[in-house]
Amino acid sequence: MNVELRDPNIIMKLSRLGSFHQSRLSFLRSFLSEFKDWKYNRDLFDLDEQGFGRAVYSFSKNKRIYSLVCFANKINDEERSDRVIATKWDAAFVLHDGIPTKMDIDRLSENVPKQEVGRMSYKELTLSRANKSVRIFNHVVESLAEGKQPNIQKLSKVGYLYRTTAVYGSGKFGLADRFRIKNREEIYGPFRLEMMLVYLVRQFTFDQVNHIAKNKNPKKAVKLDYEICRNLGIGNSTGLGMAPFIVNHPALLNNWVLARETALKNIREIKKIKNKDAKIFTDCLKKSLKNVTSWSTDSEFQKNKIISLISDLNKFLNYLEKDFSFEKEFAFNEIYLWIEKNLGDECIEYIVSMMMEPYDEVIEPLIVKMSAEEDKFFNIPSEKNISELREILENKYSEILKIDFSKKESNQNFWFISKNKEEPRLSNRYFEKGSELEQPLAIARDISKLYSRIANMKNSMKVGRFLLENNDLRHVVRRVFITNLFPYAEIQDNTIGSNLMPIDMLRFKLSFFGAIKFDPRSDKWLRICMFQGAPLPKDLKSFDDHWVYNSLN
Amino acid sequence: MRSFSEIDTIAKRATKGVGFDWGVAEEVGKNIRLLEMFGLPGLKNLNQYFKNIKQKEFKNLTLISKENISKIPYCPIIAGTSFLDQINSANEQKEIKIENMGFPILLLPFLSRASEVIGKRIFLSIDDKDFLLNFNQSIYSNYFSGDILEKGRSIKIKFLENINSFTEKDWQELYKLSENTFVEETEELKKSAAGAGLTDND
Repeated sequence: MNVELRDPNIIMKLSRLGSFHQSRLSFLRSFLSEFKDWKYNRDLFDLDEQGFGRAVYSFSKNKRIYSLVCFANKINDEERSDRVIATKWDAAFVLHDGIPTKMDIDRLSENVPKQEVGRMSYKELTLSRANKSVRIFNHVVESLAEGKQPNIQKLSKVGYLYRTTAVYGSGKFGLADRFRIKNREEIYGPFRLEMMLVYLVRQFTFDQVNHIAKNKNPKKAVKLDYEICRNLGIGNSTGLGMAPFIVNHPALLNNWVLARETALKNIREIKKIKNKDAKIFTDCLKKSLKNVTSWSTDSEFQKNKIISLISDLNKFLNYLEKDFSFEKEFAFNEIYLWIEKNLGDECIEYIVSMMMEPYDEVIEPLIVKMSAEEDKFFNIPSEKNISELREILENKYSEILKIDFSKKESNQNFWFISKNKEEPRLSNRYFEKGSELEQPLAIARDISKLYSRIANMKNSMKVGRFLLENNDLRHVVRRVFITNLFPYAEIQDNTIGSNLMPIDMLRFKLSFFGAIKFDPRSDKWLRICMFQGAPLPKDLKSFDDHWVYNSLN
Repeated sequence: MRSFSEIDTIAKRATKGVGFDWGVAEEVGKNIRLLEMFGLPGLKNLNQYFKNIKQKEFKNLTLISKENISKIPYCPIIAGTSFLDQINSANEQKEIKIENMGFPILLLPFLSRASEVIGKRIFLSIDDKDFLLNFNQSIYSNYFSGDILEKGRSIKIKFLENINSFTEKDWQELYKLSENTFVEETEELKKSAAGAGLTDND
């Protein structure tokens, strides 16, 4: 039986992308699998009684060493902000390539706490900062110092002690360019070193609360319970900065989605489902209900999504128990066809993620294909002619070409880079100034322009000749030829229309990171949690691959 | 030290900032990164060009012909973009001449990329400075100063045919030495060592 890959015109709509959930393909899960046999060590822990100072953690294997250098700083409550425009944080982190010398640590101590205005070197790989969730952090310290464990209900509402507000890599602020490290096998999957940083930061947060509590009350203090630690992750507060990434990296976007779609196709093509695989699927699904019902958010948008997800999941479980048998041939295909017909986007994608749980042999080969050598596709094939360009537009952009850009609402927003923080922002072009400095992220509008402009051009005209007088559309001509090579390279939607929900773009990317507990604070930023339920470093050698669903919270 | 990623981003944004289109700015970002990776002074040439662009006039060379002459210096960015876009027709000429090119170092990465596209080495001379562009993998040159080149009076671009740099005699002499690694086969070995059948007619 041959199952077709799902149609990009449906899957690449923003509302569908914004319904994606973490899966076995997610970067934080593939990071843990890759590094399970690396040696973990806490190399330095030099904090004062209040928990301020330096620490170094490392992963090593053979001659390769990655070291997380942590700087915990004292800041006043009024200086603490989740916004990317903040200038001070409770802690700042950098992942160093190798063992940092004393001189390296001194140099980094001058720069890492400054984040965007500091300078890193090619020896540093990723950079981040984080703030305490003050009410939780203080509660945990107070409890431990009193010799008791913290209130689990309080903890489960938040799910972490610290939350990061940005994680940088790939040459930002002087960090190593990707080309320097891209041939290392252990980082073939995307964002591996960003995931390593966040994972080690999580361990630092546990060590720090234990250290402060111990110093506060040396005789009575106890350590944070192992199970509680395991059920805490690291929070992340994410704004619009992340959204343009998926527009600016079409080949990479394709490889992420193609891996997911290929996994689904391969699973739907399995003729006979083994009992153990059916059991993993249903077990994970049932356990995950506990996670979903524990998501806490004030956002009406997300609350409605969660309500519809829970209702659809119950409907699906009912179907599984009463009307379905894994004895049937191509059982997962039958499940997929049923959920497409009966459930909403949010639940469809949730179950698609769940279908991957039993199938290591399907997932593993796909993970290494999720990076992209984007420079290979940068040159425009100028020898192609206009008829080929038109054909690609009609075949690959049919949904986009239906959008009417003569309407005001289709053009309502514009993306720009803020002067004060050099970060992407979104604004209403009819109310705010600056749309003349718009970033090239209105792909649908510009594709529509390109299609109109070539309408009366000769079919035989070369694209190179066309560009002589039409360089204003050069950026989308490049994309068209990339999209022709990669089915899932383009968002099939309008990224500047009045009904745009930027949070869909953020959620999509975060789902590939492996985030859970989506908590939108507006349509432009949200909080999430990473590594909640993940094994602690000392348990990495042997852990349950389905740890995501074993969380107590 | 600035990373190449930062160099790419700032060159792209600055190019848009002085009025070029986004798609052209993307080309320039990649180009300046490439120059800096090859150890050539891309960023400072770009910076000086953008200072000059405010005061001086530069001409757009869009249609590349065998000989391109102008009293007003050509803009290296538009000339380079056009060259890359027309590389297949330009390749049909054996040699292209351009007189009066502004900031010719900025033209160089377009030609380097063109060399990769057509799969041929390109020889570029800018007055007395020579550059051999090897499929965008490396650049061999006698220009080491790292200075800003504000002008190229005479630019010559030659497309080099894919021929070897050595003679057949050189090849044969080395081949003879390589034979020292081969084992002389006995009649028996000839029959058994290949592992394939003895006849293709079965």
